[in-house]
Amino acid sequence: MNIVVCVKQVPDTSDPDTEVHIDGTGRGVDQSKFSFVINDADNYAVEEAILLKEKHGGEVTVVNIGGEAANQVIRMALAKGGDGAVRLDDESFVYSDVVATARLLKSAIKDLGCDLVLTGCMASDDGYGAVGIALAQMLEVPHAAYVKTVEVVDDKKLKVGRELEGGLLEMNEIEMPCLLAIQTGGNEPRYASFKGIREASKKEIKVMDLAATGLSADEVGESGSVAVMTQYSVPEVGDLAEMIEGDPAETSAKLANILKEKGLV
Amino acid sequence: MSFQLTEEQKMVRLMARDFAGKELEPMAAQRDKEEIFPMDVVKKMGELGLLGMMVPDEYGGAGAGAVSYCLALQEIAYACASTAVTMSVANLSTEPLLRFGDETQKTRYLLKLAQGELLGCFALTEPGAGSDPGSLSMSAEDKRDHYLINGTKVFITHGQYADVVNLIARTGPEKGSRGLSTFIVEKGTPGFSVGSREDKLGLRASNTVELLFSDCKVPKENLVGKPGAGFKIAMIALDSGRIGIASQALGITRACLDESIRYAKGRKQFGKAISSFEAIQWMIADMATGIEAANWLILSAAWRKDQGLPFTKEASMAKLFTSELANKSAYLALQIHGGYGYLKDFKVERLYRDARATTIYEGTSEIQRLVIARNLLKEHA
Ligand SMILES: Cc1cc2nc3c(=O)[nH]c(=O)nc-3n(C[C@H](O)[C@H](O)[C@H](O)COP(=O)(O)OP(=O)(O)OC[C@H]3O[C@@H](n4cnc5c(N)ncnc54)[C@H](O)[C@@H]3O)c2cc1C
Repeated sequence: MNIVVCVKQVPDTSDPDTEVHIDGTGRGVDQSKFSFVINDADNYAVEEAILLKEKHGGEVTVVNIGGEAANQVIRMALAKGGDGAVRLDDESFVYSDVVATARLLKSAIKDLGCDLVLTGCMASDDGYGAVGIALAQMLEVPHAAYVKTVEVVDDKKLKVGRELEGGLLEMNEIEMPCLLAIQTGGNEPRYASFKGIREASKKEIKVMDLAATGLSADEVGESGSVAVMTQYSVPEVGDLAEMIEGDPAETSAKLANILKEKGLV
Repeated sequence: MSFQLTEEQKMVRLMARDFAGKELEPMAAQRDKEEIFPMDVVKKMGELGLLGMMVPDEYGGAGAGAVSYCLALQEIAYACASTAVTMSVANLSTEPLLRFGDETQKTRYLLKLAQGELLGCFALTEPGAGSDPGSLSMSAEDKRDHYLINGTKVFITHGQYADVVNLIARTGPEKGSRGLSTFIVEKGTPGFSVGSREDKLGLRASNTVELLFSDCKVPKENLVGKPGAGFKIAMIALDSGRIGIASQALGITRACLDESIRYAKGRKQFGKAISSFEAIQWMIADMATGIEAANWLILSAAWRKDQGLPFTKEASMAKLFTSELANKSAYLALQIHGGYGYLKDFKVERLYRDARATTIYEGTSEIQRLVIARNLLKEHA
């Protein structure tokens, strides 16, 4: 079973010190102080891909859209068991929306002849949660999202469990080739092994620029997008929200008072 | 001249950071409080190859080299200095077998140590022999088909949990360092038992115990290297160990800096964040400058080791500088936290206690200066 897994590099927001500042253009955030990690859901997608490969054979190809800095996320996925990688990198790809992003991913995936495409169900930075589904539409394959469990029924069919509200698991059968958008928590992402790291550090990451994708400039980036992101803004402090200021001793005392006054404790 | 880590080294650091962030950091404060030795995490580290990082592939190790080892150990120490000393001693415990063990010993022990199936410890210090291990008195009498061992070791890191002990004991009548030999002793050998557990200031999630030997018979084939080579073997192992302790100290220092910056930006006095006061900024600048210097001292010693160059002096310099830096930085970090830094609720309180051991073990700062000076004077003889 040949599998493609799409991975995105995102700012590490698990660090409470991560401060998000809008950059000068108003359409981006200052990335200079971020440390970057693999998108959480994609990490589970990578693990699922490798588990399936270990059980059923085949190859895992890692696909990413990103600059050279994204190599670390790609290499880590290779170190865990990925076989090959493609990175889509061109200035013209900036500001791609869901549709343009899916179009780019398709250009890298369409000739790989894979049975299964895995993505994360949502990216932690922009939170669209739609790239996987758009990609499935463009590849003209069935899809399932918020997938937590994957079982191989036979060489044509998978049984997948989708996580619904309250942890309810909805079991579905789906024909391959297909796309699954993976939810977090369904497996236990492994740590890269030293052997894997050594091999991955030598593996080639194929880079595709605009010309290599076979797409035209108006199919990618802003001009290829249906939705155009115009501006980021920081929400204004509303009248209804009271911001409590001061050091921890003061703020906790004030908070305790409010809770008491409103009869909440 | 190249100041670039290789792709592989960067990935090792990332993997260790990933591991430390998930497996260590969340529980570190609680383990410290309750003195819990995290055997489950240590087991995982062993399986990943983090306890045999400098052992080559053919003996089951990670074959990652000293530079990668330093990077990984720093990440572990950043999250939990207790686990870092466990990792450091476990790696150090592979060194005597790797450098001096015969093939049988390597297959029997080294392979399993490197793969994390066995946990090793290193027992040199005695009640009467700390900085001067050449004066140690544990006896290993040659009884033709075995050695008979008697005596006590103290301060042995994870001695209670170790499956095998690298033991340095006196085999010859020669005085001082010349009469010592190294043995590998299995847990459960009759006559060998674990004594009392030490109640420590810091590193409370690491285990430190006495090891007692009373008419303990150790088979002849468990002598590592030649009789009389024990001191040399221990010193060579400690050269590597010191790069490890320096890395542990650097991890602690980096944590001190990050905690300081975070706190200083959030804490307001006189209507401003305390980070806007020059006095606080100077402390932060001093810590950061020290980190930069220590980083290159450590990498240079580790790089020399990987290149097969002599690195005794450089390892001692890195250990001396970084362990002193960790203590200064922990002091400054606590100062920046004010009264809150003195409370167990804040990480700097633990960092302050954990940093303290780094100028003591694997040679005190005084002993490092002695090693550095002796090497320099020899070079200029
Ligand atoms: C947490 C912890 C873990 C440890 N783990 C291990 C372990 O796994 N295995 C192991 O074998 N040991 C271990 N040790 C022991 C450690 O290596 C010794 O404590 C250390 O070598 C110092 O010996 P000592 O405590 O006997 O101090 P001493 O040697 O008595 O030193 C006391 C003071 O005198 C100074 N001094 C001594 N000689 C000189 C000199 N010639 N010139 C100037 N000053 C001198 C020292 O620097 C120190 O300040 C551990 C210790 C600690 C605290």
